[in-house]
Amino acid sequence: MKSYVFQRLVYMIFLLWLVSIVTFVVIQLPPGDYLSTYISRLEQAGQDLSDEEVENLRRQYGLDLPLFPRYIKWFGQVLQGNFGFSYDWQKPVKDLIGERLAFTFTIAILSAIFTYSVAIPIGIYSATHQYSIGDYLVSLLGFFGLAIPNFMLALVMLYIAWKSYGLNLTGLISTEYMDAPWSMAKIGDLLLHLPIPIIVVGTAGTAGMIRVLRGTLLDELNKQYVITARSKGVGEVKMLFKYPVRVALNPIVSGFAWLFPSLISAGTITAYVLGLPTAGPMLLRSLITQDTFLTATLLMFITILTVIGTTVSDILLVVVDPRIRMERAAT
Amino acid sequence: MLRRFRPSRAKPQASATQYDESYYLASQRQLIWRKFRRHRLAMFSSLVILFLYSMAIFAEFYSTNDFQKRHVKYAKAPPHTLHFVDEVGNFHFSPFIYEMKQELDMNTLQRNYTEDTSKRYHLRFFTEGEPYKLLGLFETNIHLMGVDDPAVYFPFGTDEFGRDVYSRTMHAARITLSIGFVGVIVSFCLGCLIGGISGYFGGTVDLVVQRVIEFIISIPQIPLWMALSAALPSEWSSTQDYFSITVVLAVLTWPPLARAVRGKLLELREADFVMAARISNMGDMEIIVKHLLPSFASFLIVVLSLAVPGMILAETALSFLQIGIRPPAVSWGVLLQDAQNIRSLSQSPWLLIPGLFVIATVLSFNFLGDGLRDAADPYKQ
Repeated sequence: MKSYVFQRLVYMIFLLWLVSIVTFVVIQLPPGDYLSTYISRLEQAGQDLSDEEVENLRRQYGLDLPLFPRYIKWFGQVLQGNFGFSYDWQKPVKDLIGERLAFTFTIAILSAIFTYSVAIPIGIYSATHQYSIGDYLVSLLGFFGLAIPNFMLALVMLYIAWKSYGLNLTGLISTEYMDAPWSMAKIGDLLLHLPIPIIVVGTAGTAGMIRVLRGTLLDELNKQYVITARSKGVGEVKMLFKYPVRVALNPIVSGFAWLFPSLISAGTITAYVLGLPTAGPMLLRSLITQDTFLTATLLMFITILTVIGTTVSDILLVVVDPRIRMERAAT
Repeated sequence: MLRRFRPSRAKPQASATQYDESYYLASQRQLIWRKFRRHRLAMFSSLVILFLYSMAIFAEFYSTNDFQKRHVKYAKAPPHTLHFVDEVGNFHFSPFIYEMKQELDMNTLQRNYTEDTSKRYHLRFFTEGEPYKLLGLFETNIHLMGVDDPAVYFPFGTDEFGRDVYSRTMHAARITLSIGFVGVIVSFCLGCLIGGISGYFGGTVDLVVQRVIEFIISIPQIPLWMALSAALPSEWSSTQDYFSITVVLAVLTWPPLARAVRGKLLELREADFVMAARISNMGDMEIIVKHLLPSFASFLIVVLSLAVPGMILAETALSFLQIGIRPPAVSWGVLLQDAQNIRSLSQSPWLLIPGLFVIATVLSFNFLGDGLRDAADPYKQ
């Protein structure tokens, strides 16, 4: 068990290093760099830069180095906790991303909790009440959840809140509380804004999870041990939760490994539509302005969060399922 | 989709009596077709998909107006309502619209449209309108529907420039639906190639490929897609955009396909019927053509039909974020850009209509995939 956890952690560190390379290469792909955007903006504003000034700027930002040394320089800095400077915001990247990443992570975790707390009861219900009206209704809703683009669901919910309650629920905190210190009213305001992103981000995963849980649970309910338990007079509810549900939850637990990246993904677009202060909108902007260090750091941290989430779920699965524990211990 | 969940033990007795002689005489292809036909939702979905693709192919025929033309007089006009009963209560057999009158609300500076009941225009089908080239070959000017001049018919309203949302939706189907298709084919070729190599060579190659696949799957797709498509130069033409977006989409979607292909290859290689064929002295080529390909092809079709919706949703999302297809080219995602904030949405909610087409497409492909999955293995009860 311990060796397995250790092995996973080593693998995770290897993945994280790969992530840093991939992100750095990806953001180097666009033609031109931040400086060329910056210079053309200055020229539009009527300022001309001499070649010498351009060269100085280039050296100052480390853009004169070839790709590989630039990566080494950047990665060395990253290891020391220095993520570079955002040209666009004129601030160190470190000061910009903390709060946004915290919000991103919070929303992903809350959406995961939402997904599980909705999908598990519904999945159990629709498996035990197969072909009931409720079952059909839930399947139908699930398919819609799968088919509707996240951003469209967000827009529709905003529209409904606006039309029927007169609430503008964009952002996480209303403008009047933006700079106010934390108070009950501000927390209340936050709680009013949170449901839409959580529901929107959680919906797509919920549908898939209900389908998986329903399918596995139906298979389990047809097995001999259920009949044995029934014939021995175990109560239906006790039997259900003691045996088949526990088995059927395994794919759900391992499903966290794919659920988490998709939650982060979905959160990116949703945050853009809802104007949330998370990493997504900032990433989009930094991509467009070619704010290299900010893009790299954001992309890297978003991926790191995901890789950590996946690793935790892998370890969790081993804790939950003794069969996998035996199998992995053997290898 | 609902039939799929019927408990497996209840069926054999019921169907054993139900099958007549023809079941045993039918070829595999006939069995597949029979099983597919019984999946009513999948049948219906395939009709919907056919209709949607016909929209993409014959966009000009379906549209009522030139999709780029700006009707300045009718900016942000709501969809026309089709009437059957006129203002004095007479019933008309053919539907008609009233001309819209624009009024500017001086307080809110918003345009309000009212129906001018004195001007009635009947909807005509297969009517003459703007000339166009059908399939790019035949000159014609017949459109599915339209109204007589000087009126214009906006079934889905107009956007802020007065462009017809309905005609734009029809034209946008071209890019969105074909990207779904082409993207899946590219990603499928990559998946088959890499999955095939991985499954065929095994050993270290297999191990490395599997780790790479795991790595790509564990990266959140949308941020990476954003990064890749933001890397495309903005001065590229629509055609270049189109192909590069397709490639970008394919780059991140091949891993699950490759994994599925490899898994199926390994499973088939060890299958009993392959062993049986080998024992009965069948040649390798014959085994591949007669046994492996048919089981493999049906499996691939299922995987592909389930991969198309993801591709379409991804294109829509990227275009919506303005880093996918760029105007003046139109895709459903581009059209949805107009409905990006609560203000434009509360003024003209009809701008979300293209989104309904996205939902319909994704749902249909999902149902179709479900039906195909059932039909792909016609011997399974």
